[in-house]
Amino acid sequence: APEEPPGAVEVIGHLFGDPPGGGRAGRAVEMAATSTGLEPLVEQQISVVTNDGRLFVGVLRGFDQSSNVVLSDCQERVFDTEKGVEQVVLGLYVIRGDNLAVVGEVDEEIDSRIDLSNIRAAPLKPVVH
Amino acid sequence: MLFFSFFRTLVDRNVQVTVELKNDLCITGTLQSADQFLNLKLANVSVNDPDRYPHLLSVKNCFIRGSVVRYVHLPAHEVDTESLQDSCRREAKQVGPNR
Repeated sequence: APEEPPGAVEVIGHLFGDPPGGGRAGRAVEMAATSTGLEPLVEQQISVVTNDGRLFVGVLRGFDQSSNVVLSDCQERVFDTEKGVEQVVLGLYVIRGDNLAVVGEVDEEIDSRIDLSNIRAAPLKPVVH
Repeated sequence: MLFFSFFRTLVDRNVQVTVELKNDLCITGTLQSADQFLNLKLANVSVNDPDRYPHLLSVKNCFIRGSVVRYVHLPAHEVDTESLQDSCRREAKQVGPNR
């Protein structure tokens, strides 16, 4: 498994956490402009569906206005119609916002009860604009 | 900004919608919030065809990027179509005929 460099998560979270205006004034402007944000999901386990139809699960560390996200302990869940779900460990990931389709809050209780090796499903389709 | 305002009225009324995405995924849930990009947040979500799309089984709340929405299916009784048409006409007049 890839090793996450110490402090990388903190650095990237800090980069995404600071608004462009800087300081409290900048933060106030951001809140006025948007009512929906990924703020409540930070430090939570989330599921990310990307435009190419892939599914990633990880802990949300940071995000920005363009929906770029930082995930730590990230893994890709690969679905197959004939075999169970394959989980590929990836480590620290940055997903660019324009490739992002859905961010879901994972209910860890439900997730722990799912037997991924028993699931047979086709991979999600890519997004067609 | 018209549809941003429109979605905000739906949020206030906790309307249940089905969002159809450009990857054919259909997600039903209660509209929790919307923003200027028409990004949507849904609560108590369920996928319309969970056997075909078990990918989001453990997800109860989600954020959907506006750019990936194809349709937002709304209950007919929750939409005042006349009022919406009036607002559209007013906005069109403001923008002008040459657009």
